[in-house]
Amino acid sequence: MASMYSAKVMEHFANPHNVGEIPDANGVGEVGNPKCGDIMRMYLKIENNVIVDVKFLTFGCGAAIATSSMATDLIKGKTIDDALKLTNKAVVEALEGLPPIKVHCSVLAEQAVKAALSDYYRRQGIDPEPIVGKLEEDCDHCESCGN
Amino acid sequence: MEISEKVVYLDNAATTACAPEVLAVMTEALSGACGNPSSHYSVGYEAKEFVDTGRAQVAKAVNAAPAEIFFTGCGSEADNWAVKGTAFTKARQGKKHLITSAFEHHAIMHSMASLERMGFEVTYIKPTSEGYIRPEDVEAAIRPDTALVSIMMANNEIGTIQPIKEIAEIAHKHGVWMHTDAVQAVGAIPVDVKELGVDMLSMSAHKFNGPKGMGALYCKKGVWPQNLIDGGSQEARHRAGTENVAGIAGMGKALELATTDLEKRMAHEQELRDYVIGRILKNIPEARLNGGLTPRLPGNVNISFPGLEGETILLDLDMHNICASTGSACNSDSLDPSHVLLSIGVPEEIGHGSMRFTFGPQNTMEEAKYLCDVLEEVIPRRRAMSCMWLQGQNKARQYSLKGEQ
Repeated sequence: MASMYSAKVMEHFANPHNVGEIPDANGVGEVGNPKCGDIMRMYLKIENNVIVDVKFLTFGCGAAIATSSMATDLIKGKTIDDALKLTNKAVVEALEGLPPIKVHCSVLAEQAVKAALSDYYRRQGIDPEPIVGKLEEDCDHCESCGN
Repeated sequence: MEISEKVVYLDNAATTACAPEVLAVMTEALSGACGNPSSHYSVGYEAKEFVDTGRAQVAKAVNAAPAEIFFTGCGSEADNWAVKGTAFTKARQGKKHLITSAFEHHAIMHSMASLERMGFEVTYIKPTSEGYIRPEDVEAAIRPDTALVSIMMANNEIGTIQPIKEIAEIAHKHGVWMHTDAVQAVGAIPVDVKELGVDMLSMSAHKFNGPKGMGALYCKKGVWPQNLIDGGSQEARHRAGTENVAGIAGMGKALELATTDLEKRMAHEQELRDYVIGRILKNIPEARLNGGLTPRLPGNVNISFPGLEGETILLDLDMHNICASTGSACNSDSLDPSHVLLSIGVPEEIGHGSMRFTFGPQNTMEEAKYLCDVLEEVIPRRRAMSCMWLQGQNKARQYSLKGEQ
């Protein structure tokens, strides 16, 4: 089937991995905003610095769903240090590319992981900023909707 | 559910396929009449005959005289010509104000914006939440220096049909020219330029089973928007360029066919439209129709599914071999929510989850049922993955109530 997306994106869109909530998650992050048409919510279950489980819920386009799915795959079973190294570029590469107008979805996926890790540290009473870095404000990272 | 092997095309407002009779006359024009219609020898005359026939067919379908039909390269060109040409003509009398609506096609919106950059003033009339322009709002906006009122006949996204006759009467009462972008109306509903009383009317062939790249502007006798394309003496010196002979022949034939059994065709499309609207609003929680039901194009369905982003639905439908559109097809490369939905008060987050299904004469009740079956399966499945749907149902309900006021 002809598509604007790669076969890998369509595979993750059609049957996304790690969908849902984790009731006893110890790190939850949400990024995006409804006006732009994308919100990602990521749930982490972390034990001994390892992400033992991860799930997501996403409101957004096909690319938003596929990048959420791929980002969760890429950090599942990894240590926090490895998860912090996840870049949007790695998500795009793993998905065999994204149309330029959809690259912001991969940025959102990276931000969702970082937001969830920040929440994890905050729950331990640790300031996440020196470890995770400063999270970009909504919309600042993206010029696609002109808001 | 079994996936349809055949493509179910429900995007007839975006474009339509050429009818076989249209292809036949176009092939004949392309292969046989190889002369230039302006040339004075037999093959030139043969080509001119295709042009004359096409013009007569288009004129007859909209109740105009053949000399009042001017062919253009597309509907957008017809819109640009009517708006900018009128502005340039009337500016010489010091009239530099134009009136349009806030939910026109981009061919009008961007032409108006272009004129604003040149120093013209434009008033954008806001439609009601049902998607209609009130004639009294147009009258209130008219000024002594108003050059043109341009209001679309039927909206391309939500299909609402505007009171063009009443608006034209108001414009004329104040000595203002009236243009209507009837690209979505011609071939879909009866269009009679005399009955409407408009000075100019735009149409596009590919919306009624004619070829792409072919449009026309009706200009009432005596109404002359300044030329945009200068050059040779084609189109009575008003639109230069060697005629698209096959395109004109195809457009004429297509419009003749579309208007021949229009009533029957409208009844068929309306049956499919009403079935889908009725079933979706009943079976899918919080689905809401955008735009009023009466008067509305017989083949237009535009529904918002709160909690979802339209592209998700579009891709799911494509995987089921259904072609539809999110908001406006013209907008599919942009992430902005549709300006049409925003203009009728649909909140951005709900506007993102809007789908347009547009029926044509070839669609069947079986296809309409298949569409509903697929939507009833994919919408709940995708909503179960959507944080906005799962967490924001109360919020979404508030929004939808707000939008219905």
